[in-house]
Amino acid sequence: MSVAGIVAQLLEIALALAAAPLLVGWVDQWRARLQNKSAPPLLQSYRVLRKLFHKESVVADSATMLFRIAPYVKFGCMTLICAIVPTLSTDLPLATAADAIALVGLLALARTFLALAAMDIGTAFGTMGARRDMLVGFLAEPALLMTLFSASLITRSTSLANMVESIAHRPFALEPSLAFAGIAFTMVSLAENARVPVDNPATHLELTMIHEALILEYSGRHLAMMEWAAALKLFAYSCIGLALFFPWGLAQSGTPLAMIIAMPVLIFKLAIGGVALALIETVSAKMRIFRVPEFLATAFLLAVIGLLVHQLLES
Amino acid sequence: MRALLSQSINLYAASLLIVSFAMISQRRILSLVHLYTTQGATLVLATATVAYLTNQPHLFYSAAITLALKVVLIPILLHRVIDRLDVRWDVETLINIPTTMLIGIVLVVFAFNLALPISQLSSSIARSTLGIALACVLLSFMMMIVRSKAIPQVIGFLAMENGLFFAATSATNGMPMIVELGIALDVLVGALILGVFMFQIREQFDSLDISHLEKLREE
Amino acid sequence: MLPATFPLFLTLLLPVAGGVVLGLYGHRDKGPELNAAFSAATLAAALWLTAEVVFGTSVLGFGERFFIDPLNAFLVALTALVGFTTSIFSMPYMRIEREHGKMTGPRMRLFHSMYQLFIAMMLVALTTNNLGVLWVAMEAATLTTVLLVSVYRTPASLEAAWKYFILCGVGIAQALFGTMLLYLAADRVIGGGEGALLWTHLAAVKEQLEPNILALAFVFLMLGYGTKVGLVPVHNWLPDAHAEGPTPISAVLSGLLLNVALYAILRCKVLADGAMTNGLPGRMMIGFGILSVVVAAFFLFRQRDVKRMFAYSSIEHMGLMTFAFGLGGPIANFAGLLHMTVHSLTKSAIFFAVGHATQRAGSQVMDEIRGLLQASPTLGWGLTIGSLAILGMPPFGVFASEFLILTSAMRQLPWATPVLLLSLAVAFAAVFGRVQAMVFGDTNLAATTHRPALFPVFLHLGLTLMLGLFVPPFLGQWYRQAAALIGG
Repeated sequence: MSVAGIVAQLLEIALALAAAPLLVGWVDQWRARLQNKSAPPLLQSYRVLRKLFHKESVVADSATMLFRIAPYVKFGCMTLICAIVPTLSTDLPLATAADAIALVGLLALARTFLALAAMDIGTAFGTMGARRDMLVGFLAEPALLMTLFSASLITRSTSLANMVESIAHRPFALEPSLAFAGIAFTMVSLAENARVPVDNPATHLELTMIHEALILEYSGRHLAMMEWAAALKLFAYSCIGLALFFPWGLAQSGTPLAMIIAMPVLIFKLAIGGVALALIETVSAKMRIFRVPEFLATAFLLAVIGLLVHQLLES
Repeated sequence: MRALLSQSINLYAASLLIVSFAMISQRRILSLVHLYTTQGATLVLATATVAYLTNQPHLFYSAAITLALKVVLIPILLHRVIDRLDVRWDVETLINIPTTMLIGIVLVVFAFNLALPISQLSSSIARSTLGIALACVLLSFMMMIVRSKAIPQVIGFLAMENGLFFAATSATNGMPMIVELGIALDVLVGALILGVFMFQIREQFDSLDISHLEKLREE
Repeated sequence: MLPATFPLFLTLLLPVAGGVVLGLYGHRDKGPELNAAFSAATLAAALWLTAEVVFGTSVLGFGERFFIDPLNAFLVALTALVGFTTSIFSMPYMRIEREHGKMTGPRMRLFHSMYQLFIAMMLVALTTNNLGVLWVAMEAATLTTVLLVSVYRTPASLEAAWKYFILCGVGIAQALFGTMLLYLAADRVIGGGEGALLWTHLAAVKEQLEPNILALAFVFLMLGYGTKVGLVPVHNWLPDAHAEGPTPISAVLSGLLLNVALYAILRCKVLADGAMTNGLPGRMMIGFGILSVVVAAFFLFRQRDVKRMFAYSSIEHMGLMTFAFGLGGPIANFAGLLHMTVHSLTKSAIFFAVGHATQRAGSQVMDEIRGLLQASPTLGWGLTIGSLAILGMPPFGVFASEFLILTSAMRQLPWATPVLLLSLAVAFAAVFGRVQAMVFGDTNLAATTHRPALFPVFLHLGLTLMLGLFVPPFLGQWYRQAAALIGG
């Protein structure tokens, strides 16, 4: 529990909270550019958040306590996830308390609360969205676990910080199992963050919504918390992906000044990741709902193959 | 450099496995042919790498034959058959695709287990990839069983041949030249005959659905 | 003086040349005669080769690439003989088919050239020393006949040919994997290169081969080549291919190709037995053999198509042979080799008779063929005697070999004997009942324009009778030498 560690931790949380909407804005901008539309300004998400915080939150009469606390629970979970994922440094005090499996557990917690809150009001769209989100989550979770297991088999630890340090220190080698885990992880993150090809974040047709249907009833500060939490989720997933598959540039424990280099490196990597996400969203078409299980089954499969290939070829 | 090339063989083997899985989850026949071509190309790269690392010139010839046959000739033949017969889609499979993929994983685990004692006895440079080769063979075999149209069955058959060829390369650094020539010739003639067959079946039944070919049963 | 390998060269070259020539001229009026002429020449060369091996020593030709010892010498002679007599049978038969409109000019060309190439590929498979080339030749033999099974272009024949291609293709892929494993095992002991797949080299070092690899290799080889032998449960292609193809093809498939596939298994069994000490190959062969005999016997009852019925009979007899070779030992091996010979001769004779009968009746359904004796006494008697012979009636050769097999079973594996006896009895009842119905009674058969070629039928049956009564000493010596080679 060094001072550098605490500083790194606080810095990471602050960075996540501040930069997550910026990442969403960056992706939106690039998506618009790639589709030959005029792009919204980069800081648009901040403006939306500020507008929503100033508005009154309208809650239905039939809503219970669950509906009101769900946004805060989700926001809290996402912030915690961003805290334990090594984005700037691997020397994090909170990292010892949480590993990859706890990470998946936090995501599951957030998803459960959200689904329950959506069903709380009793509208048809809320329930439909909750069902669909649970379907996606049900299939995405094993795939995500398998991906993390692949990485943890290679590094012999499930603690994220240890994983990242091991991978960063390995000599460069062509490892097919990591490649498969990477592709599987990308597919899972597309599904979990409600991106094309699984779900269109810009849709306003309720029958095609998955994630949007869950937050249809929210307004005002609750909606702001939800939007921010969604941005944090995207940020967290991107950082997990970068930490596992492109960990170069992260500060290791014992070199706190490296954080000064780590920040611009992270921003650079996130920027490229954002463009890649926008590119994937542009060239893919949204899948029909019943194809989503196949998509996620493929991701699961790739992760399992990565595991098996690792066992066969690299042990 | 040599270490990197040795690792690249693992990468090729893993790509072959991915292509085999992609084949069993494909719905469109054209993509199947493209996947088969990719498989052939990966095979050529793997064989050439093994040839370079083990200093065996006859494997280079073998890789060249594979290139000519499986990346150029047979895909051209398949494209010609598909064009003339005007088949584009194949939506029907006997069991749905996620189940097929799960069975595929079971087959892969089985193949890996089966190959482990053999690869320990082999002295080839690519011996750890024997399990993957066997898995590719089993996956292609499954593809032949679950497909109900003629052309995916044919491609499954050809993919099985690819898997066996890779198994030969990985277990024993390739077989003697004359045997490989013979096998290549057999594959070519087999593909030609299958092409002729497609036309005969189409002529007779006006469709390439294999279920038409299940009338001969025990009385 | 001509080198010892000259007859070998001729034996292999003549059918290939025949295939090429008939590919160009097979549709002409004298095409069938040309086919028979090439087959006769091949027979002469094969007999010359066999004489050399029997009265001289084993021949190792063309830089050790070809190897003829007593085991495959008699198979070479048998193949050439049945090839010749079938070509005589096919002369009038195919002419009549052409008149009925089932064969056209181009198809006749295909038929004749593929027939010669098929014989060529089987001879290559029999005489090669290289196990990889054996595989290539087996696959090539399958490929040459695939198009022939579908030559009538009916839906049923297309289905039969498709099944044949796919099932045998899958089987033979397994055999390729088995061959590869053999190469792996050989590589560890005698190094790589072309020499590692030569059977003579492998047989010399068979005790040193790794038993685990050989066990796995033999399983794959058994499954792979066993598909071509027609062992249950991988026999599904056999009844369809026999029933839907032209009768000359059914005759050579039953009479020759199944034998060559069994020969391939035998060569591998010798290697596997040398490497392993637990007798696994023998037990596998016994298991598959008994299963084939029992399943085929019971399926015989349900058949309504005459060629399908005799196809199941082939499965039964191949099962019996596999069982015999699985038992091992000098008597069982001798019996198995004798059975290979007599089954080949008798079954092809039956198919000759059946072919002409179905042509005259215009159908292969047994209920529609009646009164064969009345229509053509020679044909009727040929079929009756042939069926009795194949069902194991003394004094024909099949009885002698079955007797030897059963007595060996009684000594080594007593529980198998009642099972086999029961199956053979069931088969007898099934087949003979049907044949009786076809042969006796009033006829409904039309006459045909060409005289049927019945000489091959009686030649084969005569040879079978002779082998049942008296095995000539040089032949007996020959069988004994081959039996010793197989060992076990």
